[in-house]
Amino acid sequence: MEQTRRTFLQIAGLSALGFAAHSALDAFAVAGPSDYIVDPKALKGKRWAMVVDVKKFIQSGPDALKRCVEACHSTHNVPDLGNPKEEVKWLWTEPLEHAFPEQSSEYLHDFTKEGLKGLPVLVLCNHCDNPPCVRVCPTKATFKREDGLVMMDMHRCIGCRYCMAGCPFGARSLNWRDPRQFIKTQNPDYPMRTRGVVEKCTFCEERLAIGLQPACVEACKNKELVFGDMGDPNSQVRQLLKTNFAVRRKPQLGTQPQVYYIV
Amino acid sequence: MLEKALTGTKGYKAWVIFLLIVVGIGFLNYLRQLTVGLGITGMSRNVSWGLYIGQFTFLVGVAASAVMLVLPYYLHNYKVFGRVTILGEFLAVASVTMCLTFIIVDLGRPDRAFNVLLYPTPNSVLFWDMVVLNGYLFLNIVIGWVVLGCERRGAPPPKWVKPLIYLSIPWAVSIHTVTAFLYAGLPGRGFWLTALMAPRFLASAFASGPALLILFCLFLRKYTKFDAGREAIQTLSKIVTYAMVISVFFIACEFFTVYYSQIPEHMHHFGYLFVGLHGKGNLVPLMWIFAALAAIAVILMVNPKTRNNDQTLAIGCACVFFSLWIEKGVSLVVGGFIPSPLETITQYAPTLPEMAITLGVWGLGFLILTILYKVALSVRYELES
Repeated sequence: MEQTRRTFLQIAGLSALGFAAHSALDAFAVAGPSDYIVDPKALKGKRWAMVVDVKKFIQSGPDALKRCVEACHSTHNVPDLGNPKEEVKWLWTEPLEHAFPEQSSEYLHDFTKEGLKGLPVLVLCNHCDNPPCVRVCPTKATFKREDGLVMMDMHRCIGCRYCMAGCPFGARSLNWRDPRQFIKTQNPDYPMRTRGVVEKCTFCEERLAIGLQPACVEACKNKELVFGDMGDPNSQVRQLLKTNFAVRRKPQLGTQPQVYYIV
Repeated sequence: MLEKALTGTKGYKAWVIFLLIVVGIGFLNYLRQLTVGLGITGMSRNVSWGLYIGQFTFLVGVAASAVMLVLPYYLHNYKVFGRVTILGEFLAVASVTMCLTFIIVDLGRPDRAFNVLLYPTPNSVLFWDMVVLNGYLFLNIVIGWVVLGCERRGAPPPKWVKPLIYLSIPWAVSIHTVTAFLYAGLPGRGFWLTALMAPRFLASAFASGPALLILFCLFLRKYTKFDAGREAIQTLSKIVTYAMVISVFFIACEFFTVYYSQIPEHMHHFGYLFVGLHGKGNLVPLMWIFAALAAIAVILMVNPKTRNNDQTLAIGCACVFFSLWIEKGVSLVVGGFIPSPLETITQYAPTLPEMAITLGVWGLGFLILTILYKVALSVRYELES
């Protein structure tokens, strides 16, 4: 009996070792030439970024903001759970003093006639150059692409929510329950998520791949949002930053956010 | 040796059945969480970790505390701990098992838990936490079981366990350091962004774990034939005293830095916890219970008269344990999320299913502990009679 148990354990141990060696070898295997097709229309950039023109949004009124949010959420099958506890959001508005809490001051808020306090400002994932969410993710389910997009693999995410603790901008949402029943109009071109995974804005990588601008940018009638390549000195975003003073959210944390706000 | 857990007194059997029921209720609630999602808990978009991760954090400390027995016994040949060291090691086994279970029940997609192994990510502290926790579990199971088995046969422990025992000493420090680093490296979470986090974790671990062990020893002496020995309990109680005083000192240091610097991102969390913020503060009563328990604990443990009296020692140890449970198991994790980085206050309260699952995991830990202690004590009793 003792002998057979020992033999069994030896075989089990060896098999486990074999499996481990197999996956270790896999890791060293050289990837073959890419066999996926890139759309010739696809937008290419060295460093994607977005400029939010807060001044223009004040001129355009609250409807412009709402259009952007709706365009984003309907394109990406973002559920509307109707309660703030479990809400999922990629792009939304925050009162100015919450979007920029460090800048909050009753005197600074006197800037316009109505007062700036409570002014809704669009916020989203900042696609940081040095993203803490990517640093903390234990499965590489969230990762940074070469063109700067901070991506989310919702098929790999284990739902540990470490990225939600790591993100200093509150940009990430967990699906606290099955989102499917809470999607108003389904977009068959974009996948839906399961419960238990984290999601966020992806700068519409699926649209960039077929040569389209992000959905929120497209929904802007007055160029309140501008998307472009910071790596290209002639890009629209670079031109805007040359002619306007812009700020970023929580730059002191060193994450290098790539969403710029013209104020 | 495991067969010794199958027989026992009526009280023992009733206790095991009670624990099985607690685990069963927890498991049924967990099945519901699996089908509905983490939405059945009190956690939210803003407070995305709650009771589960709090318990995990606290229990890593209890697990790490085994080193307070292993180190004097094996490194300094402190014979007085000869009888209790095995209890410390088995407490570590039960605690680490609870830690790992709490992580699993906290996952949104537990079916994908092995992705952590399939896609190892050394830049994630969570990856290292998985490595050190599993390693520590393995070390303590092997060491405890082998040493006990040899004791039973009256043979000295084999030579190959010695290196493992020595390895388990820094390893114990590592599990709590790495767990502290889960929190201490996040930008934008002012409550956790302090280099004192790991030292604080270790100090509170070396108070809460041995305090629990003293309570077990006192209990076992009263209701079983096992006597840890007066000197062992006294030494342990001194360890608890020093560690508790250092813990309180460390927390006072945090208060100084936070309130003297007046930096809002750091100050708001303490404000929310102890006095409330913008009229919201459902943790305020709990935090004052923590402060009161910690004060009572320090008074009872520092005073030699109360420390050497079994009854007041038991009260002191219970105060140490529960005060640090509030501090690590509830306020440390939840307090870090309130207010959110966007300075909104979303309050957190665990739901009933969440509490049932939490109790279920605690029940599982106590079940493992009961069985391991039963085996250890039966072996000892067999040798002595």
